[in-house]
Amino acid sequence: MATQHSRSAARMMMAPAVVLLLGWMLVPLIMTLWFSFRRYLPLRGGDLGSAGFDNFVRFVTSSAFWPSVQTTLIMVGGVLVITIVLGVLLSLLLDQPMWGQGVVRILVIAPFFVMPTVSALVWKNMFMDPTNGLLAHLWQFFGAEPVAWLSSVPLTSIIMIVSWQWLPFATLILLTAVQSLDGEQLEASEMDGASPLARFFYIILPHLSRAITIVVLIQTIFLLSIFAEIFVTTGGAFGTRTLTYLIYQRVLESQNVGLGSAGGVYAIILANIVAIFLMRIVGKNLDK
Amino acid sequence: MARAVTSRRKAINTAAAWTVGLLIFFPILWTILTSFKTEAQAIADPPIFLGFDWTLENYRVVQERSDYMSFLWNSVIIAGGSTLLGVLIAVPAAWSMAFVPSKRTKDILLWMLSTKMLPAVGVLYPIYLICIELGLLDSRAALVVILMLINLPIIVWMLYTYFREIPGEILEASRMDGAGLKEEILHVLTPMAIPGIASTILLNFILAWNEAFWTLNLTAANAAPLTAFIASYSSPEGLFYAKLSAASTMAIAPILILGWFSQKQLVRGLTFGAVK
Repeated sequence: MATQHSRSAARMMMAPAVVLLLGWMLVPLIMTLWFSFRRYLPLRGGDLGSAGFDNFVRFVTSSAFWPSVQTTLIMVGGVLVITIVLGVLLSLLLDQPMWGQGVVRILVIAPFFVMPTVSALVWKNMFMDPTNGLLAHLWQFFGAEPVAWLSSVPLTSIIMIVSWQWLPFATLILLTAVQSLDGEQLEASEMDGASPLARFFYIILPHLSRAITIVVLIQTIFLLSIFAEIFVTTGGAFGTRTLTYLIYQRVLESQNVGLGSAGGVYAIILANIVAIFLMRIVGKNLDK
Repeated sequence: MARAVTSRRKAINTAAAWTVGLLIFFPILWTILTSFKTEAQAIADPPIFLGFDWTLENYRVVQERSDYMSFLWNSVIIAGGSTLLGVLIAVPAAWSMAFVPSKRTKDILLWMLSTKMLPAVGVLYPIYLICIELGLLDSRAALVVILMLINLPIIVWMLYTYFREIPGEILEASRMDGAGLKEEILHVLTPMAIPGIASTILLNFILAWNEAFWTLNLTAANAAPLTAFIASYSSPEGLFYAKLSAASTMAIAPILILGWFSQKQLVRGLTFGAVK
């Protein structure tokens, strides 16, 4: 009796969230799908009829497509490698006994809370500027020629900025995992004469593998849609145009909505492939 | 025998960790320091670290010239409004999923999470068009709703993981005492759930404050929050490092402070309970 009552009450309580998210997912998705099959040019009269699969073919055959895929892969891959390698090392360091651990943790986490437009502009102007940037001064101090970061190595520069933003996230999650490591197992292996390197590869790294997988998946989903960092630094110039940025330019800058929407459909499919793996891990955890 | 930690080793750890920590924090520190310099000192060669004439001039200039307060106000309304609205909608949903789970609860949770994976750029034009049709382009209302929707899955998940930790026996006991659904929620659950709700609000306020896709693309003069205000510094005119620093410091300071309080919840919130 009571359960029947609370069951229907429960359904009522879930309804607003479910209905809103369903609308949020379906309405724009259906519109994007619809536009992707139309010749839709808002500045030249709007919907000019069906396009069949033209937009999908044109999007992948345009000269900008493959470079943008390549840029996306380099950017996401570069940031993942940097944040995970440094994140593992940093989390092991932060797990050691030391004075002022809490303060160091706060210092390390801070970049994650800086809004993307601020970190991109601060890095662009105050660090990477070839004449007044701090890195230029540092290079000069060591007698080297200052680097024009954002024009000569733009992709590397953006990877550096984004890695700085995401290193705290990777470190924090890996640190949580490191702290759950069984200390006795480590001690036992130490007494058995295992070298630090062997302990790292045979005990610590396997223990961290699950956390690393989660960091990779979550970061990939966020990194695939990096926008502000490109928007305020290079505006997609000098080979920094990712798939996300290319779609943005097609839709809002050149107002070719049909073509941009076809690109959007590709992006959605790509994100879903990553998402499936993440959902599996998260779903397994729910059963516990 | 426990591994003895010699104080020598502890000293080395401390030195290494502080060096790395300060290095990572340095860009933020440098921005804060530069905000107190004059424009000439900000680009001095060699750079001045501390020995400059501290001034509040940049803060005054930024506030006067750019109507900083209206951007700040937009950020507060958009981040605060979307978070509160999201929590109001998510609390009942998470409550029912945690305490009256059914066979479909897990599927619904995972489906909600999957809506978070939808790349924003894939639905940029439809949302843009809907905003135009409804006359909501460059309005705070549109951003409150959109940011609420993109963060709703995280809010539901965080609340769900917190609510699940509330022992079910307490609910049963209160039911036996004849408490109705209303009393159960108001007097038994709410006090126990408040810490979880508070950290959920904190983390989502931060995420909404820093959101920089929709806020950049759907606002112009009226509804632009601080993310867009800072982006307007991307085409510099003349000397502007000190002013950029002052504007940046004002935009990130409140969130840095809130963020330090929420660092423990960050892991839970952003990994959807997969890492605790």
